Amino acid sequence: MADISSAGTGIGPIQTSYMAMVQRKRLYSGLTLLIFILLMVVGFNTAASRNGGSFWGGLPNFFDYPSEVVAEVVEKAAALPGHFVTYFPALIETINIAAVSTLVGTVFGIVLSLLGTRGLARYPRLIPLFRRITDVMRAVPEIVIALVLIFVLGGGPVPAMLAIAFHTAGAMGKLFSEVNENVDLKPVEGLRSVGATWSQQMMLGVVPQVAPNWLSYALLRFEVNIRASAILGFVGAGGIGYELKNAISWGQGRFDVAGAIFIMLFVTIVLVDQLSSHYRDLLTHGRQAKD
Amino acid sequence: MAMADMTSHTGSKQAMERLFQRKRLVTFGAFAAIALYFVYIFFAFDVAGLMQRASADNARALMADTVSYKVHVTRDNRSGAVSSAIEGHRKGRYPEGTSPDWVETAGDITTIDLGDGHVVTYGPETITYDIPGYGLVSATPTRQGIVQDFPAGDLPDWINASKNRVAISTDAGRLTVTRNRTEVFRYFPGWEIFWFTLDSPYHGMGPVELGGHALSGEAAEIFDDFWNNPAWLHSQVFWALFETILMAFLGTCGAALVALPLAFLAARNFTPLLMIRFAARRLFDFVRGVDALIWTIILTRAFGLGPLTGALAILITDTGSFGKLFSEALENVDKKQIEGIASTGAKPLQRYRFGVLPQVVPVLLSQVLYFLESNTRSATIIGAITGGGIGLLLTQAIITQADWEKVTYYIVLIVIMVIVMDWLSGWLRRRLITGDDGGH
Repeated sequence: MADISSAGTGIGPIQTSYMAMVQRKRLYSGLTLLIFILLMVVGFNTAASRNGGSFWGGLPNFFDYPSEVVAEVVEKAAALPGHFVTYFPALIETINIAAVSTLVGTVFGIVLSLLGTRGLARYPRLIPLFRRITDVMRAVPEIVIALVLIFVLGGGPVPAMLAIAFHTAGAMGKLFSEVNENVDLKPVEGLRSVGATWSQQMMLGVVPQVAPNWLSYALLRFEVNIRASAILGFVGAGGIGYELKNAISWGQGRFDVAGAIFIMLFVTIVLVDQLSSHYRDLLTHGRQAKD
Repeated sequence: MAMADMTSHTGSKQAMERLFQRKRLVTFGAFAAIALYFVYIFFAFDVAGLMQRASADNARALMADTVSYKVHVTRDNRSGAVSSAIEGHRKGRYPEGTSPDWVETAGDITTIDLGDGHVVTYGPETITYDIPGYGLVSATPTRQGIVQDFPAGDLPDWINASKNRVAISTDAGRLTVTRNRTEVFRYFPGWEIFWFTLDSPYHGMGPVELGGHALSGEAAEIFDDFWNNPAWLHSQVFWALFETILMAFLGTCGAALVALPLAFLAARNFTPLLMIRFAARRLFDFVRGVDALIWTIILTRAFGLGPLTGALAILITDTGSFGKLFSEALENVDKKQIEGIASTGAKPLQRYRFGVLPQVVPVLLSQVLYFLESNTRSATIIGAITGGGIGLLLTQAIITQADWEKVTYYIVLIVIMVIVMDWLSGWLRRRLITGDDGGH
């Protein structure tokens, strides 16, 4: 009896303090949620008030344009293969921009990441410098460089390629250096002990360990870069985006061209997406079937 | 016994060598393929032609404008009136009767000293430019055209002369004479009217002096003059930055809110019905495949230009990405916790709340925050198309091709904005998700 009562007095304070803690926690999460909702609502209203057309006014018209395009594409279905042939070179250009910029960006990203990883860096004192360079390169949106380069170099695929490669190098530099940090340093030490140069240590000691991860990130990047190169075409850098911009400005009666380009872009993106996720699966999980 | 060992050794040695050879072949083959691809690209992108088309003049103008400002000294050739203005801007104009100290007016004659012996003189009729090491150039604008006189010999390539226009660019400055207008540009380092325009009383004050004025109760006026600077429009630029971040925030958080319930439908362990799962997944793939660019075009038709359209474009595209990522996270949920909650008699909703959400929320939050940073960059680009935020200002400044210092300014602001958002999202990730090691 005495035991039980003493146990009761023992649990009582614990229970009340636990309940108080739970309530405090609930209050905090409730407040966070409230602030978040408030921010969303206020932000939405601000954005809506600065918009050309209103949200609720535009909502019923959301499907107008797509349905017009679809209707016209269906109506002129016979012309579609012709459009595909006409705009195929532009699509190839967009894919080429993405591929070259991924290759170039990845190479620079590898160099930056190796120079910026503790334990691997060629000049350990300069690690912060190379990291800041990576951060800044990553922070520059492609459009900034693309527009400036279009002014200097004239329109075409090269400005877009350079712009995307610049950003890719920064983004890859960061991702790769995260991969590099998990590298086993023993092979590097072994190579160093037999007198290998820094580039030999990296090529033979580090690259074999990280290559699958690097490749997997590069594949993901390729997919991202296809979207980027399409969008840069829209602001004047050539490729399918540029053709799309011209096609949609023709307006009613010529929607079949825009529709054809929509289809090509969609198919390309989905295809690359599926292919890259398939190969990334292979690279990270090996050759066993998944799902 | 020894024999057998030997043969098996040589056998495995041969196998090894074959493997090595194959690997070597594959590696070199890959490099050769990439090299070939670059050769193809060299011709496909017409790199050789690009070198010719590249405009060194544009590059020079860009570099010069970026680090300097120019003062225009303009003469109206009809009335003979001369005025000076920084960047030719209305608010950068020197008040009537005053001019920079290197411009002297005596009666009808204005003498402009460009430094290093370069002197331009606006006479009553004739404009002369004394160029050291070349000679005296004179040009007289008349109604029929410009009567020109150059030193003997061929014209150098920095002089561009035709019947109605003479343009001379030297290191000291630039002189342009047309029938109606004569204009001299002189370049100076820095951005003179960045803080205050010439009509502001605070123009030309040092930080110490400004601090003194601010302490004596003029802080509000000083800020007002800076904030509403009519040449640089600081308040509008700030709003544009805010708009871009707003687009990214609304798009990312909105997408997460929409994607979360849909992700449950696409996760194997929560939706046993194959049909629904399949439909949800294909929806994500479709939305992602259509891509922000196409969504932007469609949305612009429905909602007009502006930040909301950009936010919605990000929202729709990212709903697909989040749906995919979230459903993968949900499929990796540990069943034991849910069973434990269920064993206490919890209803389904409580099982989700206490069994599932605590497991996935850190993963989801980390992904959302990661996207927030990358969407700030996307919002800059989408803003250039939908006409919202700093992306619009940037494209406008580049299209006018005159205000490269503004382009530089916007680029610096954009980079700072993205770095701040990156830092903020990293900080929030660490604060909200203890024990999270990066996520990405």
